Formats: sequence, C-alpha cells, structure tokens
Amino acid sequence: MTDQTTTPGAGAASGAASDAVSITGVSRVFTGRRGESTVTALDGIDLTVSPGEFVSLIGPSGCGKSTLLRLIADLDQPTAGEIRIFGKTAKKARLDQEYGIAFQQAGLLPWRSVAANIELPLQLHGMAAAGRKARTAELLELVGLGDFGSKYPDQLSGGMQQRVAIARALAESPNLLLMDEPFGALDEMTRERMQNELVRICGETQAAVVFVTHSIPEAVFLSNRVVVMSPRPGRIQGILPVALGSSGQRGEGLREADGFFDAVSEVRELLHGAPAEAGARGVENR
Amino acid sequence: MSVSEALKAVDAGSIGTVPGIVEDSTRRPLRGAAFLRRFGLGALGVLLLAVVWELYKALGPAEGVIVGGVTVLPRTTDLAMPHVVDMVGRLFEPVSSAANALPMWMAVLQASAFSLGVASVGWIAGVIVGLFLALLMQRFLTAEAALFPWIVLSQTVPLIAIAPLVRRWGAQIEIGSFEWEPWMSVALIASYLAFFPISIGALRGLNSPDTNHIELMRSYGVGWWTTLFRLRLPASVPYLLPALRLGAASAVIGTIVAEVSIGLRGGIGRMVVEFAAAAGGDPAKPYAPIFGAVLVGLVAAGFVSLIGVFLRRYRRGEVPA
Ligand SMILES: Nc1ncnc2c1ncn2[C@@H]1O[C@H](COP(=O)(O)OP(=O)(O)OP(=O)(O)O)[C@@H](O)[C@H]1O
Ligand SMILES: [Mg+2]
Repeated sequence: MTDQTTTPGAGAASGAASDAVSITGVSRVFTGRRGESTVTALDGIDLTVSPGEFVSLIGPSGCGKSTLLRLIADLDQPTAGEIRIFGKTAKKARLDQEYGIAFQQAGLLPWRSVAANIELPLQLHGMAAAGRKARTAELLELVGLGDFGSKYPDQLSGGMQQRVAIARALAESPNLLLMDEPFGALDEMTRERMQNELVRICGETQAAVVFVTHSIPEAVFLSNRVVVMSPRPGRIQGILPVALGSSGQRGEGLREADGFFDAVSEVRELLHGAPAEAGARGVENR
Repeated sequence: MSVSEALKAVDAGSIGTVPGIVEDSTRRPLRGAAFLRRFGLGALGVLLLAVVWELYKALGPAEGVIVGGVTVLPRTTDLAMPHVVDMVGRLFEPVSSAANALPMWMAVLQASAFSLGVASVGWIAGVIVGLFLALLMQRFLTAEAALFPWIVLSQTVPLIAIAPLVRRWGAQIEIGSFEWEPWMSVALIASYLAFFPISIGALRGLNSPDTNHIELMRSYGVGWWTTLFRLRLPASVPYLLPALRLGAASAVIGTIVAEVSIGLRGGIGRMVVEFAAAAGGDPAKPYAPIFGAVLVGLVAAGFVSLIGVFLRRYRRGEVPA
C-alpha cells in the first residue's frame, strides 16, 4: 500500500506514506467532444500536504483549483500522475473515508433536520443510533449550533447552513478536510467569523486541510502555506509559507498585524505574475 | 389536523400551495382560517357554475346560439338543460319506476364505489409499473434511450382501440383456479393510462438531485441503492406527488371510458350510457352519474393529497411544479 517511490516535491521530512496528501506530476486534460477544444485544466502539479497542515489553493478563475480538489477527493481521475492520501490511492482513501468534504453550496438535504444532516455519513456507514446522537451533539457544539439540532435547513441562515456542512464534513473525524470555497457565498462579517471558527476547529481536530478560496486575506489568515496557481494550463505559480503562528495564536488581532499584510502583498505579487523564486520567500520578513 | 389538511388539499388540484409545514402550534389557527377560505372558494366556484347555468337558461334563446349552422351554445329547453334544482332533486327519487328501485343517490354511490375500486387497482398497478420503469431508466442510460420513446408512443394508442383487444386476450387467460374477469381488463386499461405520468414524473424526480448531492454520496463511498433510498427517492417526492395525482385522474378517466368500451356492468361508465338513453323522458337523470364521476375524481385526488400530508417532510423547499 505504501509508496516509497513517490518523493514529495515540497520536501517534507518524512516519507510519502505519512503525508496527508502527496500529488506527483498530476495533469488533467478535458478532451472536448466533436470539435470542442481540449482544456488542460491541470499540468504537472506537485504538492505535498503534511498531516495537520492547512494549505490554501488560490488563483484566478479557471486555473483548476476545483479540479485539483476533486482529483484528491476521487470525484474525478487525473489524466497523468499520481495522488496518494495517507499512502493510499485516492479511490481507496475515498472508500475508507479518509477525508471529509465541503462545497461552496452547503448542500444540506432539505428533508433532514440539522442533526440528521450531520449524522448522514455516520448513518450511511452503519454507526449505532446512540453513538450517532452523542457525536452529533458534540459536533453541533463544535460549530456553535447547539440549539439548532431539530431545525431544518430552510430555517437557517446561509452562514449557519455552511457551519452545518462543515460539521457534517467533520463527522467521522477525518484526518483530511477538503473545502471548495465554503465561505464564497457569505458576507464579509459572517465570513470572518467563520474563518475564526474554522481556525479554532482545525486546532481542535488536528485535521489537515486543503482549502480553495478566491480571497487573499482569507488564504493568508487561515493557512500554513498558500499555493498560488496560474491558469491555462493550470500550474502552481508558487508556494508561500505563512508563519503567523499556530491556530491557538491566530485571533482577531492577527488581521491587523504587520506580518499579515506582508504575506497578503506577497501572495498578491505572486498572483499578478511576478516570477517566484523557490525557497525562503517572505519568511525572513518577520 | 391531518384530516383538515387532507380536506383542504382535496378542493384544489394544485400542489405546492399548502404553506410551509412547521411544527409550530401558533400556525394552526391560521391554517384553519386558510382552510375555511379555500373551502369557501371551492363552494363559491360550484355556486357560480350553477348561477351561470341558470342565468343562461333563463336569458338565452330557446333554440340556442347558432353561428353559420354550428350550434355554439346549447338550447335552453328543460330537455337540454334541466334546472339545477331538478338535477339535485332527482338524486332523492328512485332510480326507476320499478317497485324495488333504489334511491338515485344510493345507486350512484354504489356505482361510484365500484368504479373507484377498479380505478384504485389500476392506479396501484400503474404506480408499480411507472416507478419500476423510472428506476430502470435512471439506473441505465441505455434503458432510458430504449424505453422513453415507447413510453411516449404508448399513450398515442387510442383507448377505444385497445379495450376490445384487452378483453379478448383476458378472456383466454385461465391459470389454475384463477380466471380473468372483465373488471381486470378495465383495471388494466386504467393502469395503462396511469403509468405514463408516473414514470415520467418519477424519472424527473429521481434525476433531480444536483451534482453536489450526488458527489457527496459518492464521497461517502456508497452505492446506487443507498443513494437511491437516501437521496434520489426523497428528492423525487415533490415531483412524484403531482405525477401520482395525474396518474389518479388518468386512472379514473380510463376506468370510466373502459367500462363503456368493454361493457362492464356496475360502474359509473355503464350508468352514464344507460341513463343517457333515458334523457328523453327524464332529462335530469343523466346528470346523476356525472355527479358520481366528479365524486370519484375528488376522492382519488384527496387520497393522493393525503399521501402528500404523510410525506410533507420531503416537501420542504418545494417548488411548485
Ligand atoms: N467537466 C469538465 N469538462 C470540461 N472542462 C472542464 C470540466 N471541469 C472543469 N473544466 C475546465 O477546467 C478548467 C479549470 O476548472 P476549475 O473548475 O477547476 O477552475 P477553478 O479554479 O475552480 O475556477 P473557479 O475559481 O472559477 O471555481 C476550466 O477551464 C474549466 O473550463
Ligand atoms: Mg472552482
């Protein structure tokens, strides 16, 4: 099962098997049918995510962020290259429930109460009712919706629905969390509150996170590393380590800190095409 | 509470008008009022129809309105348009002058019950076949490509053409002690009409979950059956209910028409034909089985609405179809 031949590109200390995600030379080409042009959504992607690490993918629309996330989730297959999740193939990892996933839309089932939505994965995988109930109560507390278990999705605000979706993604305590613009539809204030909560939740659960976003401040605030991508073909433009402290130290104050602004402008420069030199970018600034 | 719900739903054919169902006691009085209003509106509609009928009868020309040799409005004689009072009053007189004749309302009720029973059997068979076809088409794209055109084509065959065929085939069936009876032919024809809207509606419903939900199930690593029971079937309810209602209406119409074409005794269809022959001497008589047919339709629609009440959890965020 373990794959010792895959050497992680970003140079994690340990072997491939202990990486949360290891992506080697992955390409995804969508072949157009009947005269449509083929689209190279991803080209030669190398990326490694360590356990417990928070990695953001950022880049202009169409650069393949969602595609990359879907490849990791085994909702789509790469044309070339290899993806390993905790040393397993993507398919095995999906079947083994190694990851939890949250999309841009909350995607709650409208006929299920909030609690029933959260316990859906537990129920599908045959957990006993008593255990499900306890776990659901725990998760409701975690996302701050303790009193809303019996409500239905249409009775919640967009932000609350998104929190339910995150709780659902966390239900089986995955070691890897995949999120595709989960806060995209929220207003700025709700968004910042959700970011604070996500930082806290990640601190508590110790899950590795791959987080797709369009917002530079969001990426910088949340991440240990920000992966900047460029479109046509989708490539990794550069990877920026953000050393803004552990999740415990990331509070509201961080948004005003100098290091935060420095990192934001660095990501912006990378995004706008200043060629990135590999190595210790930015870290020495603080 | 569920009774009032059901009654309320009986009067209108539309789905999705039942307001948000929240377990909130403060809403009940309001729902009661809404129920009364809708019931009142329904009664008003019937009253209006009677008034228009009587107004035209009183004011319209006795020979009707004829434009270019074509009668566009009927004659207003008592023979062509009996008074509403006479039609209702006729219900409380005996069916015929025979000594042991039942009162008309009772005969109509009996015939209605008979037709309703046959229509129910046809409807249930139609539901089973329709759902099965929809599942098959959802599961296999090739099945959809192969079946869908035939399902649509099946409905273009005129009922009058298939009814005698069905009766003749049925007459040849005899398995052990089981014997094909004429009412089964009628039920079969009813199901032939009922399965169509159900299979189309169910297929639409089964395919209604968005990619997000489908991919979520995939990410859980569950198969087609689990996805069916946890996602596709619940999601199909808002599409299925109008389809079931359409199917019920089709089954009722199919039953009454097939009763006539097959010549089955005991139901509304036969009664319509028999009483129409008596229209000359007893002009109010043919309207009695028509009331019966309306009653059967109302009961059938009400039954489907009752199903909708039980499934109301799955109708949250329902978009009126
Ligand atoms: N199923 C598909 N078939 C064909 N082309 C696709 C498909 N999915 C994605 N693409 C193409 O791949 C490219 C990358 O798409 P992707 O959705 O990954 O972009 P993205 O970075 O997530 O964009 P956004 O920020 O707008 O969500 C796009 O050019 C898109 O047209
Ligand atoms: Mg995307």
